[in-house]
Amino acid sequence: MTISIAIDVGLALLVLAVAAWIIAVRDAFAAVVGFVAYGLLLALVWVRLAAVDVALTEAAIGSGVTGGLLLAAAARLRSSEAPAANERPGATLRVLTALLCAGISLGLAVAVLSLPDPAPTLAPMAAANLPATGLGNGVTAVLLAYRAFDTLLEKVVLLLSLIGVWSLAPDRAWGGRPGPRRVVRPDGALVFLTQLLPPVGIVVAIYIFWAGADEPGGAFPGGTILAAMWILSMLAGLVEVPAISRRSLRVVLVLGAALFFAVGLAGFFVADAFLAYPMGYAKPLILVIEAALVLSIAAILGMLVAGPPERTEER
Amino acid sequence: MSALLDAFSVLAVSAGAFFFLAGTLGLLRFPDALTRLHALTKADNLGLGLVVLGLLPRAEGPLAALKLVAVWLLAQLAGATVTQLIGRAARRDGKAA
Repeated sequence: MTISIAIDVGLALLVLAVAAWIIAVRDAFAAVVGFVAYGLLLALVWVRLAAVDVALTEAAIGSGVTGGLLLAAAARLRSSEAPAANERPGATLRVLTALLCAGISLGLAVAVLSLPDPAPTLAPMAAANLPATGLGNGVTAVLLAYRAFDTLLEKVVLLLSLIGVWSLAPDRAWGGRPGPRRVVRPDGALVFLTQLLPPVGIVVAIYIFWAGADEPGGAFPGGTILAAMWILSMLAGLVEVPAISRRSLRVVLVLGAALFFAVGLAGFFVADAFLAYPMGYAKPLILVIEAALVLSIAAILGMLVAGPPERTEER
Repeated sequence: MSALLDAFSVLAVSAGAFFFLAGTLGLLRFPDALTRLHALTKADNLGLGLVVLGLLPRAEGPLAALKLVAVWLLAQLAGATVTQLIGRAARRDGKAA
């Protein structure tokens, strides 16, 4: 018992220390590396809180994909980093920022500490209605049955963020391929890894999506692992980044959200409500939606990391 | 028998933890990028390998044991690749004296 408390306290201190270090360090690249470590530590915290679903997603998205995005951003900003570091905001602005941040932290702390004990929860109701969905994992039931609307909107937000990235493209590159052309080194270590890892990664991704119905997992971590394999292949230059005007790419990007929306609309006619599933068909429908979501999430995350188009389509 | 296995687990995991400690010490103390990488790979390969070896008798079944070994192999594959890439970048930038 005391050992587990010692681990928890040590973990919490480590998370706080890494967070403070990320804020204090002046170099963007170092801060991103700290952020990736911070995400992995947070995943451990979620495991200690018995929230394995959240831990998987935090490790995959919070640490992995966001880390990749931030690294790309840091590389892009490198030329302007030194001048930007010299521009320090005025003392008043800094004091105001500190006060605002401290106020928000204090407010959050008060809110958490003043929660009634035991905290209000819908968990027993969610567990009691689990058999109606045919699922064994409460988290998946919340995401794709009880609160399916939130999940649908989340997927639309992902699409919007990709449109935001694409809108940074210069006019001449619109419809072209993201990123510089990669030079393949056939004997390189990265190519070797890319030839070895994706078969394993793809199987793991499908397993995590499939296991999500009854155990921790689901479309988001599964899709992220699939995206990681795709990003690796693009980085190694073994797979060309698709042009953003390509029809098949766009179909895959919207497939998940579109199918989700279509099933939701069909709910009006077969189950009396938007996003309601007809009795007995909940689980197969959820699995079909999740399968489409895995593909869309992988495609969207891969294209997000690839960045805005920079090259016109060579013919 | 189980006491013997427990003793084996404690010994192997402790030895693994020692390699992690030594690797971290090397990462902090060694003078240049290539030697630091060298120290780090010891933690990755031997440290994690010994921890996995120590946990094998405690695995729930052959499948769980296989998963543990797979984790070690994947970590080795990723570690070796990243070490190569960082080493090449360090040499190109002239940071490895």
